[in-house]
Amino acid sequence: MNNPADLRYATSHEWVRLEGEIATVGISDHAQEELTDVVFVELPAVGRAVDAGDPTAVVESVKAASDIYAPISGEVVEVNPEVEADPSLVNTDPYGKGWIFKLKVKDAAHVSKLMDAAAYAAQIS
Amino acid sequence: MISEIKSSPLEAAHVVLGAKLVPFAGWNMPVQYTSIIDEHTAVRTACGIFDISHMGQFIASGPTAAAWLNGLLTNDIAKLGIGEGQYTLMLNEAGGVIDDLIAYRTGETEFFLVVNASMIDEDFAWMDARKNANVTLRNESAQWAGMAIQGPTAVEVFAKVFPDETLPPRNGIMTTAAGAVVCRTGYTGEDGFEFFSPAAEGIAWWDKFLAAGAKPCGLGARDSLRLEMGYPLNGNDLSPERTPVEAGLGFFCALEKGDFIGRETLARQKTDGPAVKLTALRYLDKGPPPRAHYPVVSADGTVLGELASGVLSPSLMTGIGMAYLPAEFSKIGTPLQIEVRGRLFSAEVVKKPFYKPAPSA
Repeated sequence: MNNPADLRYATSHEWVRLEGEIATVGISDHAQEELTDVVFVELPAVGRAVDAGDPTAVVESVKAASDIYAPISGEVVEVNPEVEADPSLVNTDPYGKGWIFKLKVKDAAHVSKLMDAAAYAAQIS
Repeated sequence: MISEIKSSPLEAAHVVLGAKLVPFAGWNMPVQYTSIIDEHTAVRTACGIFDISHMGQFIASGPTAAAWLNGLLTNDIAKLGIGEGQYTLMLNEAGGVIDDLIAYRTGETEFFLVVNASMIDEDFAWMDARKNANVTLRNESAQWAGMAIQGPTAVEVFAKVFPDETLPPRNGIMTTAAGAVVCRTGYTGEDGFEFFSPAAEGIAWWDKFLAAGAKPCGLGARDSLRLEMGYPLNGNDLSPERTPVEAGLGFFCALEKGDFIGRETLARQKTDGPAVKLTALRYLDKGPPPRAHYPVVSADGTVLGELASGVLSPSLMTGIGMAYLPAEFSKIGTPLQIEVRGRLFSAEVVKKPFYKPAPSA
């Protein structure tokens, strides 16, 4: 399974890429493989404040709707219009073009409390 | 009552193929192997194979079996010649649906019935309690493995596995030289057949159909395929509180054949017109996949009912669903809305089927 080493992971299968105070969030390769065939992504409103663990977006396959949780607290500052237009990007490029939203984080130090790639790999093995 | 989850006789084959198994109607069944969309597309363009071992098989026989079944089922079983089958429904006294099934005449006084997995025990108890001394009813559900081979190339798959046999005509049934049962029926709208063998031989047959070109498909694709055709699923679109007339299945209710359980309600509804109708809805724009229990709302914002079934149609790439709605909202072209997580998405009433398969060559 592909879990890039420069990312942090939540137990609920979101990944976080922190650059300055901006955290980009998507779902892991493992999560997209479990969901298969993402056909719809519901994005949060820009400007919305979220706490860690809040349902923030929805990713739907043919069979089921799955909440995507904010891995850390912050404010939604950008969403990815490309996954709205082409939800399959979540399957084909989960760590790249398949990103879902960006948060301006409350406290960047909280990101380090999330799992590293090795710990996440152990969780899903 | 705690009931053990049942395993299909084909389960070992599914595990080898890496299927995702989920509980369905008391059975541990494959929901998908690789991708619901890929599996769906395989059935629409080539050939897929589904494990339907969970479905039930009853044998009804005896000198008065035909008349007895005609008192329990909506369609006219007297119209079946030997080797012919028909879609039919079993109703309660109020005309509500207990189950929908296919009845085949396998002999002058013998019938093969294929019923829904979730209803095997209830159907059998209902029928057994109403049989007479001249009728024998056997539940053979545990003895049979079942497969549905479906798609425009299903006929070629059949010819590879059975070079010396001929497929029966539409809705027909036959027994192969090896003792398996072949029915020219399905639940996808495509050409194809359903195949029943003794349970212990199931995996060997499954492997032969795969080698002949059928792609393994799970219950996820089975659901999206049947819903594109507007075929009802008992438990979602059919229930003891809904009649076949309300479900749009009046064609399969032979009111002229004489009395049968539930007939009175159907006759009244056919004369007066049903107050509610199972109505086909289609999104006008892109939106989240519609799913069962999502509210259906009129153009002016009144909640009219809820979806009985819904799916993002892989063939049409748009949301489709069916809902029991007041008859005045069931006319083709009526604008409606489907509520998803508090947001309303525009839809309109359309004619069934949602999708028309290409005519077979």
